Amino acid sequence: MSPRKSNALELHIPAPRTRPGDKPDFSGWSFPEPGDTPRPDVDASAVEMREFAYGLIRVLDLKGAALGPWHPRLDAETLRRGLKYMALTRAFDDRMHRAQRQGKTSFYMQSFGEEAVAVAQTMALDRGDMCFPSYRQQGILIARDYPLVDMMHQIYSNAEDPMKGRQLPIMYSSKKDGFFTVSGNLATQVPQAVGWAMASAYSGDTRIAAAWLGEGSTAEGDFHAAMTFASVYRAPVIINVVNNQYAISSFQGIAGGENTTFAARGVGYGIASLRVDGNDFLAVYAATQWAAERARSNLGPTLIEHFTYRGGPHSTSDDPSRYRPADEAKAWPLGDPIARLKDHLISIGEWSEEEHKKLQEDCAEHVRTTGREAEKVGVLGVEGAHSRESMFQDVYKDMDWRLRAQHEEVES
Amino acid sequence: MPSMTMIQALNSALDTMLDRDPKVLTFGEDAGYFGGVFKVTEHLQEKYGARRCFDAPINECGIAATAIGMAVYGLRPVIEIQFADYVYPAYDQLVSEAARIRYRSAADYTVPMTVRMPYGGGIYGGQTHSQSPEALFTHVAGLKTVIPSTPYDAKGLLIACIEDDDPTIFLEPKRVYNGPFDGRRDRPVSPWSKHPASEVPEGYYKIPLGKANVVREGADLTILAYGTMVHVALAAAEDSGIDAEVIDLRTLVPVDIEAIVQSVSKTGRCVIVHEATRTSGYGAELTALVQEHCFYHLEAPIERVTGYDALSARA
Repeated sequence: MSPRKSNALELHIPAPRTRPGDKPDFSGWSFPEPGDTPRPDVDASAVEMREFAYGLIRVLDLKGAALGPWHPRLDAETLRRGLKYMALTRAFDDRMHRAQRQGKTSFYMQSFGEEAVAVAQTMALDRGDMCFPSYRQQGILIARDYPLVDMMHQIYSNAEDPMKGRQLPIMYSSKKDGFFTVSGNLATQVPQAVGWAMASAYSGDTRIAAAWLGEGSTAEGDFHAAMTFASVYRAPVIINVVNNQYAISSFQGIAGGENTTFAARGVGYGIASLRVDGNDFLAVYAATQWAAERARSNLGPTLIEHFTYRGGPHSTSDDPSRYRPADEAKAWPLGDPIARLKDHLISIGEWSEEEHKKLQEDCAEHVRTTGREAEKVGVLGVEGAHSRESMFQDVYKDMDWRLRAQHEEVES
Repeated sequence: MPSMTMIQALNSALDTMLDRDPKVLTFGEDAGYFGGVFKVTEHLQEKYGARRCFDAPINECGIAATAIGMAVYGLRPVIEIQFADYVYPAYDQLVSEAARIRYRSAADYTVPMTVRMPYGGGIYGGQTHSQSPEALFTHVAGLKTVIPSTPYDAKGLLIACIEDDDPTIFLEPKRVYNGPFDGRRDRPVSPWSKHPASEVPEGYYKIPLGKANVVREGADLTILAYGTMVHVALAAAEDSGIDAEVIDLRTLVPVDIEAIVQSVSKTGRCVIVHEATRTSGYGAELTALVQEHCFYHLEAPIERVTGYDALSARA
């Protein structure tokens, strides 16, 4: 026997193709054509559906035409409402991003470029369905007509802040709107959503749950716990991976995206998995509708990867020009979700450039007026916005002797 | 009144609550059909169906997280972590989530869940099946930590935890599951049936959280203990002839400060006993509390009798 020849091993560290100073380059990617992906029956087995995890469901082409079996055929009024919610989300983000720059708050996170995900999904879900968002789904609250002024109060931690100044700006909560309290620890909400869905099924309820997380946090164990439990107990839940290409500065390859898709994470769990153009309002709506119907029919969970692009920085504390080409967002091959729905509405004769301009102006004016209203109550750092007592409340249902003593100490 | 072991009493508590409240359900690794590795959930699946008592995948993070989601929905889940030594994959969900959801949502959402787990040494489990992690939970604002020492207390306290509207950590001293081991290794452990606290009512009753129990009155020394160490402390008091008052804390958070102050003010001396390692153990908190609240009554330094700062209880 000849001795075995061994090469020195090499450690692979994933790196993106482009960095600051390079030309944006998405040339290696290929997608199915709009309208080309078939739509399976909602009771299709996960095994039969494997190919959907590697494809891309597209309805809108880049000229605004809606094509193929996933076309949800929504009426024009619903489409205009979707457009309005997305435009309002963008206007709100723009205003609050600038408010942070003006020192009115400590922190803000835009959803610029990925508005279709939260808005289309919320519209496709029922009002009573429970949402377990990550930190970039403000579009859910906006599409459920939550008062913008209350969002601003939270961001400013002022006296009207529903979270009493206890949460980082943007970490909203609203039980009556089916919006779970946002956590700073990533992916924790996903297995919680599975538990909520199990409880709904346990109770013979009709409501389903939906959870959102970024592609980066699919690496967390919590995501895999969620997938296991969702699969085992056939929980009525939709698990949404928003693949916006970046986890702060790390490109999606660091989370495993070099080797497979994020939708494909569902294949090993036997969970129906769809991969969808996240900048295509109609495709996101249709995929969500499909998954919701599946869940409501006791057919179990669906994983949806929303393929999109984070148009802005991770947060106001981030500067993406330090790690990615500056004009990469403009080169994104799947366009902008608002522009694409606008083009579609115009192409079917239900919208015009003038109306769109007016919508944008109205949204900007609405957030400006609301902003003044919120600022009148106060911005971040105003002393005495919250009582000292509120610091000790809600740790438990009732304050125990320790908290009462500590409260007294603070007051004396 | 039937005589029960601690395992039977815990089973009876779950049985009582599953019967009373359709919002109560229980699950954990091997907790369904098999009835749990320590048999605490035995026959519950048979009686209430798999929907109310079921097996979970081996994923403590998932067990805790799904229970949180269920509690947020409005149920009262009781989860079993097979050994307290296995709780760490669930730790983030308990510390960052369960403990904080009421606070961070300004009471919009609440988490009425109970986490049951056997803990402590003495069962030849080696260093991976003998840990006493109570201080990792008592340190966390938003959680309550409860440890029974007898069958009667185990049932009443577990029912109180299930009915509590906050997340509770319920640690079961597995060394005394089947009998009140008192540290005397030279003689066999007497069965629970010979202990008065094994008389357990069949039906519903509660022992309020935050209330300690003076299990032995004495004038010269206060011993603060919980779980298995209550029985060890009682035996030590008896063997030494010291007129010691033994307090079974029962609830670690919120601790019954009044009972502690009352006793130490009377005796002027305090010894704290726990199985867990010493450094930053719960005894450190008790030492500080006694010092803060009873300084002028103390006639001697407070002493701690604890596990060594080593990882292994001998198998």
